[in-house]
Amino acid sequence: MLDIATAYNKYKFLGNDFLTWIWFLIETDQTISSLLNTKDAVTLEVGNSIVLENKLGDKSKEKITIKGDQAGLEEGTTALKKGAWVTQINLICKINEDEYKFTIKGESFNITSLKTPKIELSKKEDEIEGLVLEKAFFCFKIFEVIDTLFLKYLEKRTADDWNNKGLQDVKNWIESF
Amino acid sequence: MGLISSTHSISRYHVDGKIEGSITEKVRNGLIKHSIPKIESEYDEILAGWAPVESPYNPDFNKFSFLFGTYFLFSLRIDKKTIPAKLIQKYMVIEIEKKKKESGRDFLSKNEKSEIKETVTDILIHKIPAIPNVYDVLWNYEEKNLYLYTTQKAANEFFETIFLKSFNLKPIRLFPYTIVETKSKFSNPQKDRVLTLAPLKYSR
Repeated sequence: MLDIATAYNKYKFLGNDFLTWIWFLIETDQTISSLLNTKDAVTLEVGNSIVLENKLGDKSKEKITIKGDQAGLEEGTTALKKGAWVTQINLICKINEDEYKFTIKGESFNITSLKTPKIELSKKEDEIEGLVLEKAFFCFKIFEVIDTLFLKYLEKRTADDWNNKGLQDVKNWIESF
Repeated sequence: MGLISSTHSISRYHVDGKIEGSITEKVRNGLIKHSIPKIESEYDEILAGWAPVESPYNPDFNKFSFLFGTYFLFSLRIDKKTIPAKLIQKYMVIEIEKKKKESGRDFLSKNEKSEIKETVTDILIHKIPAIPNVYDVLWNYEEKNLYLYTTQKAANEFFETIFLKSFNLKPIRLFPYTIVETKSKFSNPQKDRVLTLAPLKYSR
């Protein structure tokens, strides 16, 4: 295994490319459940924010942040067309009846503002263990979805037909704006 | 308790290695050995250690559990003394004036001023109480997964150091590269292909 700090910097693009692909999946109505190979009904939506970055000619970077519940994503799609990629996205993930909202950062896969399905809070000692287990289950569930999708993305990305199929589909989507 | 609050920030780890012997006992011992002291230190600017999730301000692992179902759940508490810059400035002005009067001079040298700053900071550090921050740690030992309920860099660094000292296990931060290395079932040639990938260019 490579040195952790070196690997973090060298391969952070994989997370950003993955988030861009997630946006593509959402916008082109791809069935997440079948990608995950699960019987659960899993859907993804873009939530209330998306951050993109674009390298300019020199060493500087352009950062495009779109925020707001009803915000239009036109600036984001224009940035994609100019060569930007997604570095952070707020997602709404529904797994059967349960709804999760969270923001994920491409380079670190850190999750912030995670809201899991509501559970009844209690201060009774004997119920705390139940609450902990339920909350833990929700956290495990959302990371399972993220990891499985990420590894599925890498499977596709390293497949022989990626350049002709996977990459071309994303490019066609970007060109369609 | 952070874990059962309404929103979370989470960073993840893969825990490399195994505990030999009774896992629960060894975890308990590690937690007790590196738990945060009950009595606040007057001299330490920063202090970090484990505490039970149910009693982070009165840490006692003999009284409160760290085992929930099959998971270990405990807290990392970091107590930090932060002196507001304006407070240092205030006492520096007072001390500088005092010294000028005593010496009968109109000005103080750079060295004298930095000595005064050091003394003022030392005195204030002793007087100011530390501000505690508590972050929950959920450890799924069987799956080698660990969830730290914060994404703050300083807290992550404290966590990594104290965890290694407590359990002699190295927590590996999970991000795109380490997920491939530790969580995928990719064959070695497949992993090699991932490692040769380069950033995509979507625009024409």
